[in-house]
Amino acid sequence: MKMLRILASTALAVCISLSAANAGAGEITVVSWGGAYGNSQVEAYYKPWMAKTGHKIKSVDAPNPADPIKAQVTAGNVSMDVADVEYSDAVRYCDEGLLETIDVTQLPPAPDGTPAVEDFIEGALTDCAVASIVWSTVFAYDSTKISGAKPTTIADLFDTKKFPGKRGLRKGAKPNLEMALMADGVPAGDVYKLLGTKAGVKRAFAKLDTIKKDIVWWEAGAQAPQLLADGEVTMTTAYNGRIFNAAAKENKPFVVVWDGQILDFDLYVIPKGAPNKALALEFIKFATDTQRLADQSKYIAYGPARKSSAPFVGMYQDGKTKMAPHMPTAPENMKNALVNNFEFWADHDSELNERFNAWIAGK
Amino acid sequence: MTNLDKPNKGESALLTTADGTPLRKALARAMRRARINAFLLVAPLLLFVVVTFAVPIGQMLYLSINNRVFSDYMPRVTAYLKVHPEIGVPCEDGFEALALDLAAAKKNRTIGRIGTRINYDRSGSTSLFKSGARKAVKFKGPPYKEKFLNHSEDWGEPYLWNVMRRASQAHTLDFYAAALDFKYDANGELVRVEPERRIYVMLYQRTFFLSALIAGLCLLLGFPIAHLLATLPLRYSNLLMIFVLLPFWTSLLVRTTSWISLLQSQGVLNDLLVAIGIINNDGRIQMMYNQYGTIIAMTHILLPFMILPLYSVMKTISPSYMRAARSLGAAPITAFIKVYFPQTVPGIGAGTLLVFILAIGYYITPALVGGSSGELISNQIAFHMQKSLNWSLAAALGALLLFGVLGLFWLYDRLIGIDNMRFG
Repeated sequence: MKMLRILASTALAVCISLSAANAGAGEITVVSWGGAYGNSQVEAYYKPWMAKTGHKIKSVDAPNPADPIKAQVTAGNVSMDVADVEYSDAVRYCDEGLLETIDVTQLPPAPDGTPAVEDFIEGALTDCAVASIVWSTVFAYDSTKISGAKPTTIADLFDTKKFPGKRGLRKGAKPNLEMALMADGVPAGDVYKLLGTKAGVKRAFAKLDTIKKDIVWWEAGAQAPQLLADGEVTMTTAYNGRIFNAAAKENKPFVVVWDGQILDFDLYVIPKGAPNKALALEFIKFATDTQRLADQSKYIAYGPARKSSAPFVGMYQDGKTKMAPHMPTAPENMKNALVNNFEFWADHDSELNERFNAWIAGK
Repeated sequence: MTNLDKPNKGESALLTTADGTPLRKALARAMRRARINAFLLVAPLLLFVVVTFAVPIGQMLYLSINNRVFSDYMPRVTAYLKVHPEIGVPCEDGFEALALDLAAAKKNRTIGRIGTRINYDRSGSTSLFKSGARKAVKFKGPPYKEKFLNHSEDWGEPYLWNVMRRASQAHTLDFYAAALDFKYDANGELVRVEPERRIYVMLYQRTFFLSALIAGLCLLLGFPIAHLLATLPLRYSNLLMIFVLLPFWTSLLVRTTSWISLLQSQGVLNDLLVAIGIINNDGRIQMMYNQYGTIIAMTHILLPFMILPLYSVMKTISPSYMRAARSLGAAPITAFIKVYFPQTVPGIGAGTLLVFILAIGYYITPALVGGSSGELISNQIAFHMQKSLNWSLAAALGALLLFGVLGLFWLYDRLIGIDNMRFG
């Protein structure tokens, strides 16, 4: 009986202390991509927001944060408040009614007073999503593993005669089909027009066939630099920030080739029925203001989605490396670049991915 | 033998219990009560299984034929197409229904879902419907057909209207057709999909073949281990049992990724072979990110599921049978085949079935180590659940897998018998 009483009073005390600790402090769950990119968000967005408001953020990593959204919303059991997703997913999910709408007039203006809708780069704001960064898919190689001439163009990624060895590619139709066409000599401006035709798709797959047996497929962002480090592949496509981090923070001799890069946005969305909608919106407003977007570029080589952040982009966190030349949007990197066309992918996603799955699964 | 049923002519009354009721009736009543009690004891578990197992599967099966997106959100077009079942482009009435429905869909923010549904069967429809809806909101009145054709000549394409006609049926087998690599062409005929898009039938074949192979490999490797465990003295067999169970308790992902570092082309095994000199540095064996990776990793992970049932059954086989067979003059091989092996068949049945059914549904291991040639049907189901969001197709694929496994189960029952299966 005495034991029971001690147990009961302890439980009561724990409950009271827990609830007292939580009184007033909200918590939101933010799902992002993990790895070096996730860390940059923790440093630049989560920690400052937690320090400023006293609320907590539960950070969850996923290879693609968009994947569980439909299942959660349909089941009525949404466990995340904010998700960081790619552009085509943001548009598609908004179309399907899976996301809350975000009133962009509520976003904070630039320091000089420019309203948010004009400060964000064109395309960075949609009905349900607010962009935070511009990132791109590039390809990279280990400079110590390639002797003689080094790869300089996207065609080199598909040339196993000049540069023997395996290639790492992201598993999926996007952006491999665009890169295949550009490697085949199609100018960036014509890629999506060509990819909309049967002949163009055939041409892209034919180009991919030339290296098919040498491809190692990766799905999570951290796998690409890992494959390079393991020596599994000679060259791999990757999210540019991950390669930058491996080179700058871990001193790996990786070199990024910007020719043929495919730019994209990453955007914050709130799934429909999120448990802490209001707090989620507060977080998004904070995380996408001018200074925060510039801060994030201190930790990883992704460009801010706001024009007013550009002058604040300075040094990497080590204080030695200038970030500007490593941005996807730096002028010298944009010579043969393609901006991902989300409308094209909204239309052709099903068909091209089906064809890609059939191509990849067959021998 | 007493005849409890009918009283013989002239015989005294039939057997009764103490209170006078006929024994047969009393027996039947007691047995019924025992049956009801037994059922009540099992009822909570039955309810649990029905709710957590049968109901979700039923929902999945319903999802595979559920096609309500179009008929729910485009009611006027659905009604029009029902009244006019001819193939082809409709007249002004049909376009009027289209205009009103698209405008309503734009207002209700359902246009994205409608476009996506049509896009499954006809690429380019998402943007066509979305931009069409934006225009339709501004249409003030007829002539609708002309205005739509001005917006895009695609609205006059018979195939588009055919797709809409099929999409307007509330329940359909179209997803099953797609899951078997069939589709409906412009004339409404069922045809096989173009060769470069055929994938599911091949994946089903590969899944069933690889699962059978893995079950066979597990049996080959597990049988000797189980026999050793069952026949060693307790002290040693307990120690060895820990070696079997320890990987069982290790996280699945840890086991899978350790295979990656062992078998990859720059991994431990290849480095060892190159160091010994068996292979060249350029001739490293590809054991990872292909079918071999899937087979090796899955066999390793599913081995305990074969060893444990076999061990339990073998433990119950008395060693005196083998000794008797030997003492009667049988050679060791003959004694094994004729006396020992038939007694282990229930365990073999249980283990093989368990491993096979687990292997069929395996998703994470083929995803990590299978590369492209080691991909199974479950990876495609996951793709449609998570990336393409075509849940009806995912449900149809899952349902076909379920029917396939049930069919195999029925076959197994016919050949070996369900009752001839023990777990210990």
